[in-house]
Amino acid sequence: MIGGLFIYNHKGEVLISRVYRDDIGRNAVDAFRVNVIHARQQVRSPVTNIARTSFFHVKRSNIWLAAVTKQNVNAAMVFEFLYKMCDVMAAYFGKVSEENIKNNFVLIYELLDEILDFGYPQNSETGALKTFITQQGIKGQTKEEQSQITSQVTGQIGWRREGIKYRRNELFLDVLESVNLLMSPQGQVLSAHVSGRVVMKSYLSGMPECKFGMNDKIVIDKAGKGGVTDEVGKSDLGGGGSTSGKQSIAIDDCTFNQCVRLSKFDSERSISFIPPDGEYELMRYRTTKDIILPFRVIPLVREVGRTKLEVKVVIKSNFKPSLLAQKIEVRIPTPLNTSGVQVICMKGKAKYKASENAIVWKIKRMAGMKESQISAEIELLPTNDKKKWARPPISMNFEVPFAPSGLKVRYLKVFESKLNYSDHDVVKWVRYIGRSGIYETRC
Amino acid sequence: MTDSKYFTTTKKGEIFELKAELNSDKKEKKKEAVKKVIASMTVGKDVSALFPDVVNCMQTDNLELKKLVYLYLMNYAKSQPDMAIMAVNTFVKDCEDPNPLIRALAVRTMGCIRVDKITEYLCEPLRKCLKDEDPYVRKTAAVCVAKLHDINAQLVEDQGFLDTLKDLISDSNPMVVANAVAALSEIAESHPNSNLLDLNPQSINKLLTALNECTEWGQIFILDCLANYTPRDDRESQSICERVTPRLSHANSAVVLSAVKVLMKFMEMLPKDLDYYGTLLKKLAPPLVTLLSAEPELQYVALRNINLIVQKRPEILKHEMKVFFVKYNDPIYVKLEKLDIMIRLASQANIAQVLAELKEYATEVDVDFVRKAVRAIGRCAIKVEQSAERCVSTLLDLIQTKVNYVVQEAIVVIKDIFRKYPNKYESVIATLCENLDSLDEPEARAAMIWIVGEYAERIDNADELLESFLEGFHDESTQVQLQLLTAIVKLFLKKPTETQELVQQVLSLATQDSDNPDLRDRGYIYWRLLSTDPVAAKEVVLAEKPLISEETDLIEPTLLEELICHIGTLASVYHKPPSAFVEGSRGVMHKRLPARTGSGEGTECPDVGNAAGGSAPEAAPSIIPSQGDLLGDLLNLDLAPPTTTGPTPSTSGMQMGGMDLLGGGLDSLMDESEPLGGDIGGSPAMGAGFGAAPTVMPASLNAPVGGGLGDLFDLGGGVGMPMGAYIPPKTVWLPAMKAKGLEISGTFARRAGVIQMELVLTNKAMSVMTDFAIQFNRNSFGLAPAGPLQVLTPLGPNQTIEVSLPLSTVGPVMKMDPLNNLQVAVKNNIDVFYFSCQYPISMLFVEDGKMERQVFLATWKDIPNDNESQFQIQDCHLNSEAASNKLQGSNIFTIAKRTVEGQDMLYMSIKLSNGIWVLAELKVQAGNPNYTISLKCRAPEVSQCVFQCYEAVLKN
Repeated sequence: MIGGLFIYNHKGEVLISRVYRDDIGRNAVDAFRVNVIHARQQVRSPVTNIARTSFFHVKRSNIWLAAVTKQNVNAAMVFEFLYKMCDVMAAYFGKVSEENIKNNFVLIYELLDEILDFGYPQNSETGALKTFITQQGIKGQTKEEQSQITSQVTGQIGWRREGIKYRRNELFLDVLESVNLLMSPQGQVLSAHVSGRVVMKSYLSGMPECKFGMNDKIVIDKAGKGGVTDEVGKSDLGGGGSTSGKQSIAIDDCTFNQCVRLSKFDSERSISFIPPDGEYELMRYRTTKDIILPFRVIPLVREVGRTKLEVKVVIKSNFKPSLLAQKIEVRIPTPLNTSGVQVICMKGKAKYKASENAIVWKIKRMAGMKESQISAEIELLPTNDKKKWARPPISMNFEVPFAPSGLKVRYLKVFESKLNYSDHDVVKWVRYIGRSGIYETRC
Repeated sequence: MTDSKYFTTTKKGEIFELKAELNSDKKEKKKEAVKKVIASMTVGKDVSALFPDVVNCMQTDNLELKKLVYLYLMNYAKSQPDMAIMAVNTFVKDCEDPNPLIRALAVRTMGCIRVDKITEYLCEPLRKCLKDEDPYVRKTAAVCVAKLHDINAQLVEDQGFLDTLKDLISDSNPMVVANAVAALSEIAESHPNSNLLDLNPQSINKLLTALNECTEWGQIFILDCLANYTPRDDRESQSICERVTPRLSHANSAVVLSAVKVLMKFMEMLPKDLDYYGTLLKKLAPPLVTLLSAEPELQYVALRNINLIVQKRPEILKHEMKVFFVKYNDPIYVKLEKLDIMIRLASQANIAQVLAELKEYATEVDVDFVRKAVRAIGRCAIKVEQSAERCVSTLLDLIQTKVNYVVQEAIVVIKDIFRKYPNKYESVIATLCENLDSLDEPEARAAMIWIVGEYAERIDNADELLESFLEGFHDESTQVQLQLLTAIVKLFLKKPTETQELVQQVLSLATQDSDNPDLRDRGYIYWRLLSTDPVAAKEVVLAEKPLISEETDLIEPTLLEELICHIGTLASVYHKPPSAFVEGSRGVMHKRLPARTGSGEGTECPDVGNAAGGSAPEAAPSIIPSQGDLLGDLLNLDLAPPTTTGPTPSTSGMQMGGMDLLGGGLDSLMDESEPLGGDIGGSPAMGAGFGAAPTVMPASLNAPVGGGLGDLFDLGGGVGMPMGAYIPPKTVWLPAMKAKGLEISGTFARRAGVIQMELVLTNKAMSVMTDFAIQFNRNSFGLAPAGPLQVLTPLGPNQTIEVSLPLSTVGPVMKMDPLNNLQVAVKNNIDVFYFSCQYPISMLFVEDGKMERQVFLATWKDIPNDNESQFQIQDCHLNSEAASNKLQGSNIFTIAKRTVEGQDMLYMSIKLSNGIWVLAELKVQAGNPNYTISLKCRAPEVSQCVFQCYEAVLKN
C-alpha cells in the first residue's frame, strides 16, 4: 500500500509530507527531489524506482504530488488516488497551487489522515468529507448528527446525505463531447473518435431515484424488437441540436460514476442511480462509428527552394447551415528556422507567433456548410541542419452546439417516493456542446 | 487563510519561543504554535525537543488541534518512547468518547505509534472498537489490526484479533468488509501458508455482494482479493466472472484493471468451446481501449498491462490497432509503450497502416522514440513476411535522410532482417556500405561489420572495409572488437589467399595486445582452430545459423503467467515479479494461473512450470559451472546427439523459458545468450566457454584442502540420525569396459539435510589415474555438485576409493525422462566418460515437509482430482505405526491418522527440494499385506517416482 505522500513545489521544496508506513524513511523525500525533480534529464516515466522504493508522481501546474511505496501496490489505484487527492483539494480551496497549499496545510494534513489510512484509500467523496472535515474545528454536533455523518461516510450511498431540501427541484444536463481526429494529408481518416461526458447538476430534494435514457443502439434495437413503443415521443428532453437524422448510435464503451448501479446496466442496460447533490459527472462514453466531423482541414505545403515555404490551408464546416461554430482556431506549425511570415486570410485574424513556432488563425464564428482559406509565405533562414523539419500536424480548436457522436438524451426521470414531488415538477435543462479534442491533420 | 506564514519562520531561538507559546494559556496562541511546529516538521526541521510541550496540548476539545498533536506524535513517538507514554491515557480515554469520530481518530492514531509500551495499551481499546456499534469505528479498527500486525505479529495472533477480523468479512457495512479484506490480505501476504483468507464459495459470495455496495477503493481491495481465489470448477469460475464483469464499466480505472485481472485469471478455467468464453473475450476489449482516454499516467499503467494481456491473449485486441496510434502530444512514456503494442498487434491484415504510421514517427523529434520506431519497422519485417520488402525499402528511404541516429538504427535492424531472410535482400549492402563513415555507435558499427563479414564474398572490397576498422582496433568497444575478429576470420575462410596478412594482424591484436579476456580467448580459439584444422574451422565459423524468430522480446511464459496474476500492480508496470523489487517476505510467493478443468485440453503443470520459472533467471549464468576446466566437456555432453541443423523457429520462442535450453545443443546455447544478435557482440557465456578450453587448468588445483574435514562432518551427520533415511544399495553405473578401466558404482543418500552422491571409484587399468572431476547435465530438479570431486591421491591400479560428493539443488533445470534420470560426466587424466543413473526421489524430500493439518486439508481439496494417482504396495508386513516411523526417516511425515472399520488411513505430506508438495493417503488394513496409496500433487509427474520411493522405503 501507499507508504507515504509528499507534495513539492516546483523547486523541490517539501510542502506536505505524510508518512504512513514504517518502511519509508525521511530520506525518501530527498530521493525523489534529487532523482526526479532535480534530475538533469526529463524523467521519462511517471513511476520511478529508486533503491527499491517506488515513486508515483503527477504534476498539477507547478506542484508535484508523489506517492511512495516499497510494496507491490496496485499502481492504477495509486494514480487514481493522486488524481482524487487533487480533486478533493480543488473542491476545498480551489486551484492546486503552492500558495493555496501553504495556506491550507493544516487542512491537507487533516484530509490525508482521513482519506488514507495506513496507505489504504478511504472514502474520498468531497460531499461526505465536507460534512465533518471543516476548517472551523468541531461544531457542537448532536448525537444524531454524528451518527448521520459516520453512516454516510461508510454507507452504501456515501455520495449523498439525507435530508437535502430545495424549494425548486431542478436538473441541468450537459452532454459534453470532444471529437478527436487524425487525418492524412490526402484527407483519409486515420483515426477518429468521440469521447463524451454527461455532466449533471442536480438540485433535488430527498433521496431521489433517477433513470437516464439515451439513443443507445442496443436499447433502441431491443425496444424495437420487443414491440415496446419508443419513448422518444413522450420524452420532454429529446431534440438537442444534432444535424444527423439517425435514430440511434453505437456506443463502444461507457463508464459510470460510482452512484450508477453497474449490475443493472450490465443486465438491462438501464442507467439508474441516486444522484450526488450538486455537480458531478454521471458517465463517460466513447464512440467511433458515424462520427460527424464538424470541420475538414485541407492543407497544402510547398517547399520553394531551401529558404521558402508556401502554405495554403482551407477549412470547411460540415453541419447544418443554421448552426454556428465558435472559438475556431487553426494552428499551423512553422519550421524552427522561420525568419518571417506573410499571411493572408479571408476571415478572422491570423498571426505568426514566433515563440510558439506556429501561425495561429482565429475565427470567432462560422456557420455550417461554409468554407474559408488562409495562405502564408514563410521565409526560412538557411541552416546546416541535416535533419529535415518534422512537419508537425495542423491542429484545430472549435466549439459546436451539437453532439458530434449523434447522442441524444431521451429521458431523465426522477422518482422520490417519500416526498411529494413527481417527475413533472422537476425542471430539466439539456445542453449539447461539441468541442475539439486532438483534432489534427497531417501535412 | 494565511497559514503560509508558518513556513517562513527561520529565525534563531525559534524552538525556545515555540516552547513558550505552546505553554501559553491562550487557546488560540497554543494552536498557532502547534501549527508552526507542524510546518517546521514538514520542511524537515527537527522539532523533537518540543515533545513534552506538544503532548501537553493533547487534552483539548478542539478536534483540529488534537489532530495536529496526533500528527506530531506519529512522527516523533518512536524517538521519544518514554515520553510517548504520557499520551496513552488520553488515547484510552478518547477510545471511550461518545463521539464515534473521536473514538476512530484515537484508535487510528494509536496504531501509528510504533512504541512497544503503547502497543500493549492498545489491545483493549482495539478489541472494543472492533465490535463498536458504529461502522466508522469498526472500519478504522479493521485497518488498525493490520497496523498492529506490522508492529508485533505475535501479539495480534495471541490476542485473537485475526479471528475478529475474519468475522468482520460478514459485517453488514460494505466499507467495514472492504477494509477487513484489505487488512487480511496484507497480513496473509506475510504468512504465505496460513489459511488466513479462508476463501470458500460462501465467503466469496459475501465479497461479491459487498462489491456492489462499497466505495471505489473498497471494490479494488475486494477484486484484488478475489484474484487470489481459485474456483473449484469452471461453473463456479463462470458465475464469479458474470458477477465481476459489470465492474468493467466503472469510472475508476483501477477498478477496471482489477476486474480485468480477475477475469483474465478465471478465464483460464473456462472451456474454450463455451459460448460464454467468447462473450467474455469480447467484453474485455472496450474497457481496455477506454483506459487509453484516461490521464497520461494511468494510460501508462494501462499500456504496460495491455502489453501483457496482448501477449497472453492476442485475440482480445487484435482489431483495435488504431487506438494505439501515437498522438503528437502524448507524453514520451506513452508513445514508447504504444509503439511496443503496435508491433505486437501487427499482422498481415493491418501491416500497411502500421508501416505508414511508423514511417511518420521516424521523422519526429524525440531521439529515443525515433530509434524505437525505426527498430519497429525492422521487427515488422521479421514478423510479417509479406511486408519484409516494403519494410526494407522504407528503411532504405530512412537511411537516405542521413540523420545519423536513424541511419545507425536502420543498419542494426537490417542486420536482423538478413538473419531472418538470408540471401534475399543483399542488394542493399552497397547502400549500407556508403554510410560506413557515419557510424559512431558500437552497436551499429558491430552490425555493419557483421554484415561485411557474413557477406564477404559479395563485397569486393570487404578486406579494405574491415582493414579500415582495424586501424583503431584498441579504441573500439569490446562489442566491435569481437565482431571485427569474427568478421575477419570469416573473410579469411572465404577468401584465404588475399587476407592472410589481415587475419594474422587481427589475431595478434586480439591475443597479444589486448587485456580483455573475452577477446583474447576468442582470439586464441580461432587461432587454434585455424592452425589445427581449417576445414573444421570453416564448419564451425561458417556454420548455418538458425533463423531468428520475430517474437524475441516476448516475456518468458511462466513469468508472463505470474504477471497476469499481478495486473494493475507495480509488478505489471515493471514487468518483473514482485520478488525482484519488494524486500522481505512480502510478495515472494509466486502466483500462477489456475489450470483449466472443464474440457480435457492439455493442462500445463503449474508446479513444475513454477519451479522452472523460479530458476529461469539464473539459468543463463549457471551455464558456466563452478569448475571452469570442465566446461568444454560439458559442452560436449550437451552435444551428445549432434545437431547439424538449427532448431526450428517454432521452438525458439520456448528457449527463453530455460526448460528446453539443451534441446538444440550448441545452437540454442548461442540463441539464449544473444537472442537477436547471432554471434555479434560480447557473449560472455560463449567467450568464456570457448576460451576456457585451451587454457587447461589441472583439476587438483580446485580441490580445497579442507576436503577431509567435509568427510568427517558427513560421518557425524550420518551417526546423528537415529532412524536414518533409506539408502538404496550401490549399483554399478559405469562398467570398467566402457571407461578405459575406470569402474564407478554408487548410490545416493540424504544425510542431515545434505544430498550426497556416494561413489566408489575402482581403477581396473594398468596405469595410475589422477585429476578426477565431475559434472552433471541439467536435470529435473537442478541437482549439481556442491563442490569438486575430492580424490586427493592418485588412484593406482587395482585401488578403490570411496568418495562422497555433496549435491546442491540450485543447478540448471531441465525435465528429464524418466524424471529422476541424471546424466553425469566424469573426467580423469585419461579421458571423459559419460553415464546416466537414476536417483531415488526420496533424497529430495526436505526436512520441513510437515504440513499443518489445516493446510493439508485445504490443499488436498484444492488439488483437482485429475491429479490423483493410486498405487498398490504388495507384500508389506508392517503395521501402520511402524510404517509411519520408517517413512518419517525419509522425510515423509504423517500428519494425521484415522481408523475406519479396522482400516488405518495415514495422511502424509512430502516437500520436494524445489518446493513441490506431495500429499499422500496410505490405507493399511490389519492382516492384509497389500497397502493402497493415493498421491495428490500439483505436478502429477512426480507421483510415479514418489510411489517407487514408498515401495523402496517400506520394503527395506
